[in-house]
Amino acid sequence: MLPHQHALSWARAPAACLNFNCMLILLPVCRNLLSFLRGSIQCCSRTAARQLDRNITFHKLVAYMIAFHTAVHIIAHLFNFEYFMDAQLNRNSSHLPFILSEIGDNENVSFLNPIRSNETSPTIVMFTTIAGLTGVVITLALILIITSSMEVIRRSYFEVFWYTHHLFVIFFIGLVFHGFGRIVRGQTLGSLNRNKPDTCANRFEEWGKNESGCAVPEFAGNPPMTWKWVVGPMFLYVCERLVRIYRSHQKVVITKVVMHPSKTLELQMKKKGFHMEVGQYVFIQCPSISRLEWHPFTLTSAPEEDYFTVHVRIVGDWTQALYEACGGNKSELQEAWKLPKVAIDGPFGTASEDVFGYEVVMLVGAGIGVTPFASILKSVWYKHIQNNEGIKEILSIYFYWLCPETEAFEWFADLLQSLERQMTERDMADFLSYNIYLTRWKETEAAHFRVHHEAENDPITGLKQKTLYGKPNWDNEFTTIASAHPGTKVGVFLCGPQMLGKSLEKQCISHTEAGVKFIFNKENF
Amino acid sequence: MGKIEWAMWANEQALAAGLILLTGGIVGVAGQFRGWEFASYAIAAGFFVCMLEYPRSKRAKGTSVERTGQYCFTVCVKAFGPVTRNYYVRAFLHAALCVPGGFMLATVLGCVCLGIASLIYLAAAVRGEHWEPILPRKDTRKPVAESIKSPPQNPPPRPPPEIRRKQAKDVEGAAYDNPIAVTDE
Repeated sequence: MLPHQHALSWARAPAACLNFNCMLILLPVCRNLLSFLRGSIQCCSRTAARQLDRNITFHKLVAYMIAFHTAVHIIAHLFNFEYFMDAQLNRNSSHLPFILSEIGDNENVSFLNPIRSNETSPTIVMFTTIAGLTGVVITLALILIITSSMEVIRRSYFEVFWYTHHLFVIFFIGLVFHGFGRIVRGQTLGSLNRNKPDTCANRFEEWGKNESGCAVPEFAGNPPMTWKWVVGPMFLYVCERLVRIYRSHQKVVITKVVMHPSKTLELQMKKKGFHMEVGQYVFIQCPSISRLEWHPFTLTSAPEEDYFTVHVRIVGDWTQALYEACGGNKSELQEAWKLPKVAIDGPFGTASEDVFGYEVVMLVGAGIGVTPFASILKSVWYKHIQNNEGIKEILSIYFYWLCPETEAFEWFADLLQSLERQMTERDMADFLSYNIYLTRWKETEAAHFRVHHEAENDPITGLKQKTLYGKPNWDNEFTTIASAHPGTKVGVFLCGPQMLGKSLEKQCISHTEAGVKFIFNKENF
Repeated sequence: MGKIEWAMWANEQALAAGLILLTGGIVGVAGQFRGWEFASYAIAAGFFVCMLEYPRSKRAKGTSVERTGQYCFTVCVKAFGPVTRNYYVRAFLHAALCVPGGFMLATVLGCVCLGIASLIYLAAAVRGEHWEPILPRKDTRKPVAESIKSPPQNPPPRPPPEIRRKQAKDVEGAAYDNPIAVTDE
């Protein structure tokens, strides 16, 4: 027989952990608060500030812990209620649990066993107590939140994930009220003096009799504690949502819309008092499409420009609706006043800001992951023209762009073309070395490439630097860079898939030797 | 939420429900709770639901991600043909399976979760979705055309020597129209 009498302790331990975890889970998603903290900490320690970039990872870890502790808590209570039910059913006066269960049947005496009769069942008790009912409701909310947060659902059906996640409101309300029924009972302090459990527990037949020295024990419910843990973070989260609402009412004007061939929409916008750093991202809301959805996009403009741009890839419901709202499917030009109203939250910081701290940088972007680097390259260029202080440190930039399809080059190729032109004018060809890798191609295209192999400009991008085919040989690249820049710290920045991140990280570690240090930074969204 | 395939979420929910039902059943039997017969039923039902729901369906649009090692399950589930293909059947099956779980506290959670999964499957069925097995793609080589029976006897036609000399220096200028049509049909 499993020790049912310890089940309550097994339930209360994870409950304590749950209090702590539920306090923590709301904090990583207060992105405006985190952004403010990041700005304040940055002056003291950049490493500390960078930890705040992994807020979603932390949120997920705490969520796994909540799920685990909930499971232990529920299983322990199952044993616990079975024990309580046994105590009521085993109506034997020489059985301590039964005697304890009888306490509370008279007037003015408080009970110990929450199951008050032998004609009920644990299931019925669960649905008729506050603790039981709230417990079921919040567990269901938690399960629905978890199943809709699975990667498959989150990546492909974002709306389901986002709307279902709002069940957390029900979760927290239920959690706060979970202990209000004071179903967990304990002996009162006064009673502990009159009935010491060590000596009196086995002499239960003599309780209340004058010569026993043991009075009948009295019990009371423990006051609810959870609200003390979660009220702070709940308040902070409410403030966070209010800040987002306030920001959504600040006027944002779309000044230019460009449709690029690779199903990419470029939006150029202006907002009063908007200030950004390189590689940051913003959340965009379009009330005419959906009042509740905010989607993240990397800023592709440089801080030196007086507008800011995002490049939106059209992959789902919301982006498709944005495309149509901006006149994508109409052939004639859209009037400026017909453009949809948008709201911006942000900008929020990522690791790209660290680029300017290195002498040599390797920038690797895969597909659409190149967008933060568009911002960096533009900013590098502006700083160089203006001969700013910030740029003095960077000596060399090695840029790698891995792309599966040729159309995706279009909008970025324009940027590279203008940079290339300006660099040759100033005789700085070595400053920026870029390599574009086309990782997939069709048979018909391959024939075209073979014929134009000797042409001066690349047949795909029109750039002087030729497009390379296949995937880069990272070992060679790292070795070349290591030998070209001995004794320097090289920053490696990646925005792309995890597999690539892992292999780059390995390369960084294996090529870091006396003098040259490769430091790996990954963007995460 | 126009493009959501509800079956994808129903599948996650049903798999989770199967696991919860299984766990509740194991707890009920191991602890020898009252009504442990329902718990033993829950073990069997939970196990069955997990087996049925483990193989993910192929998505109508977009790339489908398999669960690890789901191929053997796919083959088994596929063998039942229209019964497992149709989501109405699954919806009613889950609704029926979940009922006995409601009679015991340990399995009640699994019962409710499976009920919710059943409702989502009903929504999927109403929208006309159905289960498709994810099978490994067989690359079919294009069938060789009838006319090609034996390798060519003569070497391919070559341009006259003047043009061949030009080819070495000027790629564009050396282009000429091949008198015999060369296509890859």
